[in-house]
Amino acid sequence: MELNDGETLDAKVCDCPMTPDTSRQDLFQYVLRLGDNALINGQRLSEWCGHGPFLEEDVGVANTALDLIGRARMLLTYAGEVEGAGRTEDDLAYFRHERDFRNFLIMELPVGDFAFTTARQFFIDAYDYFYYQALQYSVDSTLAAIAAKTLKECEYHLRHTGEWMVRLGDGTAESHEKIRKAVADLMPFTFELFDADEIDRRMCERHIGVDLDAIEKSWNEKVADALAEATLERPEVTFTRSGGRQGLHSEHMGYLLAEMQSVQRTWPGLQW
Amino acid sequence: MNATIKNVRDILEQVVDPEIPVLTIADLGILQDVGWNEGRLQVVITPTYSGCPAMHAIEHDIAAVLRENGYENVEVKTQLSPAWTTDWLSESGREKLLQYGIVPPLGSADKQSLRIVAASLECPRCRSDNTEKISEFGSTPCKALYKCNDCLEPFDYFKCI
Ligand SMILES: [Zn+2]
Repeated sequence: MELNDGETLDAKVCDCPMTPDTSRQDLFQYVLRLGDNALINGQRLSEWCGHGPFLEEDVGVANTALDLIGRARMLLTYAGEVEGAGRTEDDLAYFRHERDFRNFLIMELPVGDFAFTTARQFFIDAYDYFYYQALQYSVDSTLAAIAAKTLKECEYHLRHTGEWMVRLGDGTAESHEKIRKAVADLMPFTFELFDADEIDRRMCERHIGVDLDAIEKSWNEKVADALAEATLERPEVTFTRSGGRQGLHSEHMGYLLAEMQSVQRTWPGLQW
Repeated sequence: MNATIKNVRDILEQVVDPEIPVLTIADLGILQDVGWNEGRLQVVITPTYSGCPAMHAIEHDIAAVLRENGYENVEVKTQLSPAWTTDWLSESGREKLLQYGIVPPLGSADKQSLRIVAASLECPRCRSDNTEKISEFGSTPCKALYKCNDCLEPFDYFKCI
């Protein structure tokens, strides 16, 4: 081959700026987000253990937290495998800093009263139910298997919190007022759940991730039905809150992590 | 080799659910496969609930009981798919649950009966169907708590998932 003046051997196929292949990094971030949502939601919910309004509900909330932590373990283990840097579920849960967590803000908000916990969990359970229902058909076989397993648990979580929405909303004047306020306080945080970014879109195009627009539609219908049955109105939202997936967390996150990570931070690698 | 596998399965009959000790792992339907893999004895199980603390104990018990019986090189592998369902509970397992005072799952998870929870179940003590649900969760996530309005005793229902 003869080279013309100025031509070099490392000729390129085209002149486009080089875009790195992000597929593996995308999958890592996608799985990490799901794992972080389950972990932080489970950690928060576990605070009710021993403090529930009555014994059965104490056990009920703690059991849901246990399911969420179990889900987080499967997802964070898989995230570590995808990343390929040798990090385990424990490394990801206990040795990352606040800015590296990718959960939605709604997961980290303080437990509040029982109405607040119920409304938050109902919003999340409805989201998870539709999300994992779609994700069980992911072309990524590990995600599909985790989703099929998770979906069974989402069903009874949603049934549980859905019943409580009605009992509180259509209950006494006091319970109605408390759940009404909780719904109003939480609604601004729900928009983040459907705010697809580049990673979501690329994962959806590859049929690995779900279509958030479709999830949002199902979620809105489910929430509208539940609120109507609970004699509640969907509040007008004048502002929304987001930032969790960029690692921009609320002031509550640091305290949650301090408690969750304290043992491993103090004695790294400690085992039971 | 087949004789060994049969022997291993017989030994594993001793491994029970630590939360419901009348059920063996075969009754629960979580024992998926026993076989040899590159000289190691491999036992494949499917987790019941993702956060179930009993799973860890069961893995430990499987390895321990096989070691006691001379199988040193054992690997317990967890398989997620297909997801465990209460449809895999054996007939004898269902019978043992009822004897133990836990109502076994009604209907089939395949037929989506998990969305419909029977409003009242038959009391495992007095057989009355005058019962009511107290809570979606009993002592573990796999159970719901019911109460009999005739004999006034509470009882667990093994949820259909
Ligand atoms: Zn009875």
